[in-house]
Amino acid sequence: MKRGPSAFNIASVVLGLVFLYLPIVILVAYSFNASRLVTVWGGFSTRWYVALFQDEQMLDAVWVTLRVGLMSATLATVLGTLAAVALVHGGFRGRTLFAGSLYATLVMPEVILGLSLLLLFVSVGLPRGFWTVTLSHTTLTLCYATVVVQARLRGFDRRLEEAAQDLGCPPWKAFALVTLPVIAPAVAAAWMLAFTLSLDDLVIASFTSGPGATTLPMRLYSQVRLGVDPKINAVSTILIGLVATGVIAVYLVQLRTARNPS
Amino acid sequence: MKPPRNGLAAIAPMLWLAVFFVFPFLLVAKLSLSDTALSMPPYVPRIDWQQGLAGLQAVFAGLDNETYARLAQDRLYLDAYLSSLRLAGIGTGLLLLIGYPVAYGISRCPPTLRQALVMAVILPFWTSFLIRIYAWIAILKPAGVLNTALHGLGLPGVDILNTETAVLLGLVYAYLPFMVLPLYAVLERQDQRLIEAAQDLGSTPLSAFWRITFPLSLPGAVAGALLCFIPMAGEFVIPDLLGGSETLMLGRVIWTEFFSNRDWPAASAVAIVLLATLVIPILLFERQQAKVLS
Repeated sequence: MKRGPSAFNIASVVLGLVFLYLPIVILVAYSFNASRLVTVWGGFSTRWYVALFQDEQMLDAVWVTLRVGLMSATLATVLGTLAAVALVHGGFRGRTLFAGSLYATLVMPEVILGLSLLLLFVSVGLPRGFWTVTLSHTTLTLCYATVVVQARLRGFDRRLEEAAQDLGCPPWKAFALVTLPVIAPAVAAAWMLAFTLSLDDLVIASFTSGPGATTLPMRLYSQVRLGVDPKINAVSTILIGLVATGVIAVYLVQLRTARNPS
Repeated sequence: MKPPRNGLAAIAPMLWLAVFFVFPFLLVAKLSLSDTALSMPPYVPRIDWQQGLAGLQAVFAGLDNETYARLAQDRLYLDAYLSSLRLAGIGTGLLLLIGYPVAYGISRCPPTLRQALVMAVILPFWTSFLIRIYAWIAILKPAGVLNTALHGLGLPGVDILNTETAVLLGLVYAYLPFMVLPLYAVLERQDQRLIEAAQDLGSTPLSAFWRITFPLSLPGAVAGALLCFIPMAGEFVIPDLLGGSETLMLGRVIWTEFFSNRDWPAASAVAIVLLATLVIPILLFERQQAKVLS
């Protein structure tokens, strides 16, 4: 018999969630505030959204960010899936060193990562802009993608793939036809995570970006430094809405596939 | 029999990490030994790839530890170093105190509810870090949400924006999911029969918790602490937006040296010092990861 949660358990979970969500709720609420002041409720209004869609600089930044995100998430997912296959399926020379440097990217302070990548681009003479940010974000998100795919791959019965190979299927085809469909939800989740992390990154983009490639977090940061602006609340609300919808959708799909595995 | 493909899959990601992660660190190390210059890029010596080996030798001859000597003499860098470690340390302690009851509470809920709660803890992590920190500015500023609420209750207001308290609040807020998840992972896997056995033998629930649940959850606490401490020590956004000008942390120093002072060698030297400090926690984290994954 397992005891249910005590009053203390319930209280700590509820308080924890309130702490996590209250600032977000306040932020969203004030994006619909007619007044410019944070503390004065001037009635419901969508004027900040209108202002947002007239802000050319902001829209440009959104466009750059989306392109960087799509490109870097795709690269990171491909590389991360390969890395996960290599790590789960076995011993090869340099595995420890490989895993070591991969996990180091996960905790490495972003300032250090950004600075070191910038020095790389400067030393090889690559002009800073869209591509340097994309390459940097791929490096940043690679490990996250690997961890997500790796978790799913460990539950996969490898004998299925071996059976396909015994029946004459070439290894890459066995992977594509047998393994990939099984781990597909995890690959999709890995892509989503890499994409959101890229969308979110300020520090690495600031170091590695150049003229004409200002990302949304960079634009937001320069606005935030000037003070609280309801337009930032509006763009934040849109971002939060998009990401929350995406994440919850992925979660529900995974829940459904878990219930009827066929 | 294992097909030989294992190693092959690793080649592309391995090369990627070598080029974009390992090699750049050598450049940071090299630059920390270089001198500043009024040029673009603002440092000497620069590696001239066309000259080959002779060019490399010329670079090595031009390196010295002048930058480190300069940093060691300036009190500001030592202060920033100490306050980075102090704030990250206090932050990790607070996260353990706050994260543990939350993770434990979730692990005691019925399984269906647990999944949804874990999801609820992860979800903020998916929304923009910058935006979540920005939200706190509106809450903490002198005429902000918090003070309006306090005045409404007839209480005196607090002025904590641009202080270390605000930085700690931001650190705890932003890193809470990273603390709760590893703790929950170990608590959820725990065999409940151990607790039942202890209680059958006359143990009170509280002593069963302290003598069984808590010691068994320590690996999760260590993982969570490392996962939070390491990036917090180099944090930039939180001290920059919530801390005042006197809140110095190394991440911020690197940023200022690089962007405002255009002193790339100093930024690199600070980065190397930060990295050297974090090497041991990072290695501990990796050992933990290897244990969990094997």
